[in-house]
Amino acid sequence: MSERIVTAVDTVVSPPVEGPWNVERIRADFPVLHQKVNGKPLVYLDNGASSQVPQVVIDRGSVYIEQEHSNIHRGVHYLSQRATTAYEGAREKVKRFINARESRECIFVRGATEGINLVMHGYGRKFIDAGDEIIISAMEHHANIVPWQMLCEEKGARLRVIPMNDAGELLIDEYEGLLNERTKLVGVTHVSNALGTINPIKEMIAQAHKYGVPVLIDGAQSAPHMPVDVQDLDCDFYVFSGHKMYAPTGSGIIYGKAELLERMNPFQGGGDMIRTVTFEKTTYADLPNKLEAGTPAIASQIGLGAAIDYLNSIGRQEAAAYEAELLRYATERVSAIEGVRIIGTAKHKASVLSFVIDDIHPHDIGTILDQEGIAVRAGHHCAQPVMQRFNVPATARASFAFYNTKEEIDVLAQTIEKVIEIFS
Amino acid sequence: MSELSELYQQVILDHNKKPRNFRKIESPTHTAEGHNPLCGDQLTIYLDLVNDEVKDVSFEGSGCAISKASASMMTQAVKGKSKQQVEDLFKGFHLMVTDDSETPEELGNLRIFEGVREFPVRVKCATLPWHTLHAAINKEELVSTE
Repeated sequence: MSERIVTAVDTVVSPPVEGPWNVERIRADFPVLHQKVNGKPLVYLDNGASSQVPQVVIDRGSVYIEQEHSNIHRGVHYLSQRATTAYEGAREKVKRFINARESRECIFVRGATEGINLVMHGYGRKFIDAGDEIIISAMEHHANIVPWQMLCEEKGARLRVIPMNDAGELLIDEYEGLLNERTKLVGVTHVSNALGTINPIKEMIAQAHKYGVPVLIDGAQSAPHMPVDVQDLDCDFYVFSGHKMYAPTGSGIIYGKAELLERMNPFQGGGDMIRTVTFEKTTYADLPNKLEAGTPAIASQIGLGAAIDYLNSIGRQEAAAYEAELLRYATERVSAIEGVRIIGTAKHKASVLSFVIDDIHPHDIGTILDQEGIAVRAGHHCAQPVMQRFNVPATARASFAFYNTKEEIDVLAQTIEKVIEIFS
Repeated sequence: MSELSELYQQVILDHNKKPRNFRKIESPTHTAEGHNPLCGDQLTIYLDLVNDEVKDVSFEGSGCAISKASASMMTQAVKGKSKQQVEDLFKGFHLMVTDDSETPEELGNLRIFEGVREFPVRVKCATLPWHTLHAAINKEELVSTE
């Protein structure tokens, strides 16, 4: 078993792919892709909701469960030490993945939603008061709207919204007009989950910093699709979910600048986040433990570390370039179909193709595509204000990953034509 | 595509395209609003109930083909029926789309929705109008099938 123990600590992944993108080789890494749905080969185009998990990540989670399963940070025994090493090793990988200064700036959470709530409770409730203002954008996921609304209601603060144009691009001039001395936080998505827009966050962060305002970036749709450098961006918080980047559900990260995380209140109280507890007073542990109460999703977070190894092994730049080509091809194919309208036509987009068809509800589109084995999301994408902005009840959304193929996009386009035929 | 053609039959597609009783009743005795937040379906049911009999019924709103056709055919099916008959139809319809047992004859042309049971995520679309009608009759103003 000694050899398996070695693989337990460092995930063994294939060497970087050379030459043009070898999608068949990549697909071989993802067991879930090789199945039939309703008698048809699965065409998985719902990566924006949850992406698939490569075998090396599955194996790494299994190794923890089979050989290391135990609690972290509190056992003197062998298994606990191994689990702790693996868990903290995953944190190191995350640190390098987003280029944080220190690993204690990377807090494990169960997903982007929990990360934003952590900032709302730990930072917002402590530092935002009546009359203060929080700026978000018109294209936020509910996860980056609702916590701030809750805070505004509690404190009497005001939520302000950066508008967007008909292409789904934020109006940066308007954003600059919203910033003022009352602004206490800016929360904006890097990539819109409903539209695919890539926002100019580096520029937006710099604008906010002129007023001394910290910026939270929702990276749920960017971390899986493009290299991210939190130091270069100079963002104050950056949050993402593991299950959208080839890791299991229950994994995720909130990055925060150490000085901010240190000034914050704890999010949840409990085990692992304390230094001393008496009935009179509790003192808190240092970062990152202060913000990680209770036993985390250890297997999932170790899986996130393995997913990062996997992404590095296939080449993040190369994967991003291939995905850009997929999106270009899909946009060309789908927008050429008469009666189809693309929602979200920003100049800079990633991974997401949202569309509607005249007089056909997206839910009907989704059902018919599913019968042909194609998985897309149909609905409001947890972004109801975006739907209202574009005056549609919902959209159908195909979202791509580096394991999708142009042939799959052909199947998508042909099936959309079939949908139109059924309803004609 | 066999199950699919069972779901999207011509009659359903026709009611989707040309929904019947798709209008507002100006002073209804009963009304209720229904939402299916999962897919964004929303509709309002207007009802004129006189001496426990459905004198007039109509609907407005937006939704998928299944919910729209279901609402359209429901309004046709319940017009002139007693309150009790409407409640019986509601129960029968609900059972038909959620249960594998044989569909009772009394449902008449509503039996066309039997195929919905093969599409569990679409059951709420088909039943939303019925839940909303049920709520209107029982004076509840807002329902949600989420």
